[in-house]
Amino acid sequence: MEILEILKECISTLTVNKMRTGLAILGIIIGIGSVITLISLGQGSQKAIEDQIQALGANLLTVIPGGQNTGNVRGAVGSATTLTLNDAKAIQTTDQITTITSVSPEYSGRNQATAGRNNTNTQITGVYPEYQEIHKVIMTTGTFISQRDVDGITRVAVLGPSVAATLFGDRESAIGQNIRVKGQTLQVIGITQSKGGSGFNNPDDAIYIPLSTALKVIFGADHLTSIAIEAKNKEVMTDAQNQIGYFLLSRHKLSDPTEADFSIFSQNDILNTASSVTGTFTTLLGGIAAISLLVGGIGIMNIMLVTVTERTREVGLRKALGAQKKVIITQFLIESIILTLTGGIMGMMLGIGVSYLLSHFMSVPFTISTVSIFLAIGVSAVIGIVFGLYPANKASNLQPIEALRYE
Amino acid sequence: MIKVSHISKIYKIGTLETLALSDVSFEIKKGEFVAIMGPSGSGKSTLMHILGALDLPSSGTYILDGENVSDLSQDELADIRNRKIGFIFQAFNLLPRTTTLQNVMLPMVYAKIPKEERVKKATKYLEMVGLSHRLNHLSNQLSGGQQQRVAIARGLVMNPAILLADEPTGNIASSQAEEIMGIFQHLNKEEHTIIMITHELDIANHAHRIISLKDGKISGDKKNSRPTKAKFIINREGDQ
Repeated sequence: MEILEILKECISTLTVNKMRTGLAILGIIIGIGSVITLISLGQGSQKAIEDQIQALGANLLTVIPGGQNTGNVRGAVGSATTLTLNDAKAIQTTDQITTITSVSPEYSGRNQATAGRNNTNTQITGVYPEYQEIHKVIMTTGTFISQRDVDGITRVAVLGPSVAATLFGDRESAIGQNIRVKGQTLQVIGITQSKGGSGFNNPDDAIYIPLSTALKVIFGADHLTSIAIEAKNKEVMTDAQNQIGYFLLSRHKLSDPTEADFSIFSQNDILNTASSVTGTFTTLLGGIAAISLLVGGIGIMNIMLVTVTERTREVGLRKALGAQKKVIITQFLIESIILTLTGGIMGMMLGIGVSYLLSHFMSVPFTISTVSIFLAIGVSAVIGIVFGLYPANKASNLQPIEALRYE
Repeated sequence: MIKVSHISKIYKIGTLETLALSDVSFEIKKGEFVAIMGPSGSGKSTLMHILGALDLPSSGTYILDGENVSDLSQDELADIRNRKIGFIFQAFNLLPRTTTLQNVMLPMVYAKIPKEERVKKATKYLEMVGLSHRLNHLSNQLSGGQQQRVAIARGLVMNPAILLADEPTGNIASSQAEEIMGIFQHLNKEEHTIIMITHELDIANHAHRIISLKDGKISGDKKNSRPTKAKFIINREGDQ
């Protein structure tokens, strides 16, 4: 029997009971649709997180002070005061480190900032002008901290968009106004563009001031909380990390790397961690969706079994007229594959549509990998075969006499 | 043409054995029109299943058109049924929601006959049974008599060695039953071998030979020298 004829016949049998066929297909549509949607969402958020981390500065190395040892008690990482402005300057000027382009010494602390009747608790960061380039800070209005501000210990501040909104309501009017931090008055000279970060180190919720002002006027400190260093490119990240490490060890007169009073980590480390987290998340979501696909497959098997029972007489007649086992198996298998493939293709379109809408509303980049499309089609065909095989085999094993007698 | 020797059929249900056929032997020659008669439970359905290669005998041999059909696999039996036997069932057994033409073409589909030839042959036999004007009607739109005529056309398209009819008039009105007998007698004149299973004497009387079964054994085998003549008229428009 030619395949085209079987196909035609199968389609005509499937269209007889449209409601039932539709419901069986619906199971697969939902299954494939949710797999595609959830995988797409997972990959979208992964990309979003990667983009966000990249936006904080690519090729970025961060040196933070190590935990402070007081006798035998080791303090928390970052609490030490071993990292100084001179360290940063030395890293910048030494010819032992060849793989970096710029260095940004930073001092951050959280503090209350007030403007008129508004106030907010925010991250206040003392910076060099290099901060802007290294951390990819883009200005909406005004200017960033300049070298003259640093040299002159001027009392100026650049606000993140969230801080500007909290303190002044609308951003435009903030320029030229004053804010007060720790009893000191700072004049707003610029507002940065939103980076859409969130959580603890949110660049939108920050105030930038000259490093000298931060150290001498506001916080009264003589050490740094971190040094951000930009490597020349992605490939030399590890070299740069090593060079900086050995340089600082010798500067701090330490011979054993395990005694280092600082740590260096790269943006890649963070990126990898974040990627592996979202990767796990995607797998989990896909797994949950796969369960609905399995349920859909069982639905197909159920419908096919009902069909076989209903068409016992027909199968008996076909066998009486000379249909061999494989012809009957092929017929029922093709029917079940048509069901699942139709469901698979419709589910794929649904999944693409839904993930497009969701990505729009959740402001996550829209990504559909070709792999998931081929997977959807492949998996639905396989489901058709796997769940159709038992009913098809059952049909082909019907005895023509019994089948003909069946009422 | 057909040689049945010492055929027995035993059905086992649990430990209970039922002897449906016991040592049945007969021969049917090409071109005969034979009725197999018997009350229900006489074993005539069992015999018809064996003659139709739908079932195998427990013992004995059955030779159909030179081929031993006693010991074949399911798929080989399917092939024999396809090539050598034209079935006509009491309940017609046409595929529902399928056109007359497609129903008649079905056995040729399984025999892998090319489409043009299928259409040509099916049309020819449908014309013969007077249904050339119903080629594209769905089978469930036809009357009982018309459906049985479609079934006869389907039974004939493979030019089988025997036409095996199981209570062919059981489900149709008596006027139409007469028509079916007319077609059988006409086919028989054209050298078709027909075996008809029935429990109605006046239907059996249309055949030229009547084999009677009782309790799984042959109780009579006689020539019908004066068969009832049925007119071979095909009423094209009158039956609905």
